Amino acid sequence: MSNEAKAIEVTDLTVAYRERPVLWDVDLDVPAGVLMAVVGPNGAGKTTLIKAILGLVRPAAGQILIYGQPYVDQRRLVGYVPQRGSVDWDFPTNVLDVVMMGRYGTLGWVRRPGQAERMMAMEALEKVGMRPFADRQISQLSGGQQQRVFLARALVQDAHVYFMDEPFQGVDATTERAIVTLLQELRTTGKTVVVVHHDLQTVPEYFDWVTLLNVRRVASGPVGEVFTEQNLRLAYGGRVAFLSRDSQPVPGPEQGVRTPA
Amino acid sequence: MDLLELLRNLLFDYTLRTVALGAAVLGIVSGGLGSYAVLRKQSLLGDAISHAALPGIAIAFLLTGSKAPLVLILGAVIAGWLGTLGVMSIVNSTRVKDDSALGLVLAVFFGFGLVLLTFIQKMPNAAQAGLDKFLFGQAATLLERDVITMAAIGTLALLTMLMFWKEFKLLSFDPEFGASLGFPMQALDILLITLLVVAIVLGLQTVGVVLMSAMVVAPAAAARQWTDRLGIMVGLAALFGALAGVSGAVISSSTARLPTGPTIVLCISAIVLVSMVLAPNRGLIWHWVRRQRNRWRLRVEAVLGDMALLAAQHDDPGHGHSLAALRAMSQGRGGVARSLEKLERRGWVRRVSPDEWALTPNGWAAAERLLEQHEETSV
Repeated sequence: MSNEAKAIEVTDLTVAYRERPVLWDVDLDVPAGVLMAVVGPNGAGKTTLIKAILGLVRPAAGQILIYGQPYVDQRRLVGYVPQRGSVDWDFPTNVLDVVMMGRYGTLGWVRRPGQAERMMAMEALEKVGMRPFADRQISQLSGGQQQRVFLARALVQDAHVYFMDEPFQGVDATTERAIVTLLQELRTTGKTVVVVHHDLQTVPEYFDWVTLLNVRRVASGPVGEVFTEQNLRLAYGGRVAFLSRDSQPVPGPEQGVRTPA
Repeated sequence: MDLLELLRNLLFDYTLRTVALGAAVLGIVSGGLGSYAVLRKQSLLGDAISHAALPGIAIAFLLTGSKAPLVLILGAVIAGWLGTLGVMSIVNSTRVKDDSALGLVLAVFFGFGLVLLTFIQKMPNAAQAGLDKFLFGQAATLLERDVITMAAIGTLALLTMLMFWKEFKLLSFDPEFGASLGFPMQALDILLITLLVVAIVLGLQTVGVVLMSAMVVAPAAAARQWTDRLGIMVGLAALFGALAGVSGAVISSSTARLPTGPTIVLCISAIVLVSMVLAPNRGLIWHWVRRQRNRWRLRVEAVLGDMALLAAQHDDPGHGHSLAALRAMSQGRGGVARSLEKLERRGWVRRVSPDEWALTPNGWAAAERLLEQHEETSV
């Protein structure tokens, strides 16, 4: 029974900053076990969608269910990777410490992380190839390394559904490969992963599910069905001349043309 | 006054001992909690809070007629807290940015406080005297019971900080992630700011509303220079605060007419200055040395590259090249002669005549390694 439950179910979600609607009447059904990209032009509300689902911004209307239950009851099932630029990387702490923050929710109030948390954090660092950096001060990390630390922090949350805000933003090719591999591993273990993504070229290669967003939901479904030129045109307006190339086999990430952040 | 006498006074002279203890307590509490304010880029909030506390002190006195430390502290805390709340609600509900909001709240509360203070001073009542000590602080008026009150409240504030260590770290580093984990970040924010208000208010009698923000910002700024760990930073800031407090108290007691509060602030400023200049990694000297080292490394590498270029154009690898030619190739980078000497010491070049240099086989290999490295990093 529970296997058939949708991982994420968003109904009539509307979010407005002051008078301007950022998301308008968005419906979203994401089945469990998919790797989904959220794409759309700048200001389309991609980040806001994730934040509204996570309860970080208050929606004007709408309902959000994770595995059939309201988010507040399902928090332990959800992992989050915020945008790398949202924190001060000069904060006086090291890599291991940041990764252990992923356990804080399970630890609850006042209790401090201990040996078990340390082990989980080291394991997660191993998975993202950052184990040798455990004691490194975070200001000494490159952009790609910072992103991997954030991913490791989400991994120790041991969640069922992951939300990642632009994990590929400004990372090197090695890190991009490492992240893609990790995402696909997560999917094979039955996790659901939602990724805000900027690089249209790599969507068919990396993801199996996609949501096109521009304040309203333009389309959502399997990449093969939904990631069409017509839908992209609807989402981006006339601003994506290079999209016609998307109907052909997609070039690898190294040559991929990126839309500006 | 020799050191032994100073120590004896510190232990047995009632006034000095009380003042030094009070200053130490205020240094520890404001240094420790100020670390969070600095890390959260809320340094100016401390200034707004301390100024905003002034009308609270005046109103507390007007309402109760008492100058008991607990009463005045309570009034100051409430006013400081209201001031902070004012800043937050201005930022949240209007388009005024937080620096302007801080300035507004600071000016309005402080102005109101000054008006009340003047009003109190003109009251025909002997008990009113001495409230103006909160402006610049008057440590000599500290009584033992004041210090005991300060220490008790300060300990409570620090224990609360330690209890919510992990939550406050989350709040300071990544509040959105904290919220996604289910922690009520806004409540934690208010709790931490309340602790900061308490820390500031504790120091008002000693240092005064005008200078108190220095005791919040300076110890933390100095401590950050020396460490990359939050725990050590908080501890070090508390230590620096205490050190400045005690030395300020001692210095002002041994010199006539030196006010304690400003002397304490000067002491912590000296600690900040030393930390800015001397601290490893973050200090100015360290920066300068590292930059010089880098500059010379680049210069030497460039000269080595030029030598290799010249050598490649000659059949005889041992052929000498003039300093003038290398200088011309360096395009005004400078330091060519010294670079050659440095290369000679490594055995990569040798002097073939007083003014001519040639690449050695080792130098040639080094130049090739360098080239490979550059190709790797440019991929």
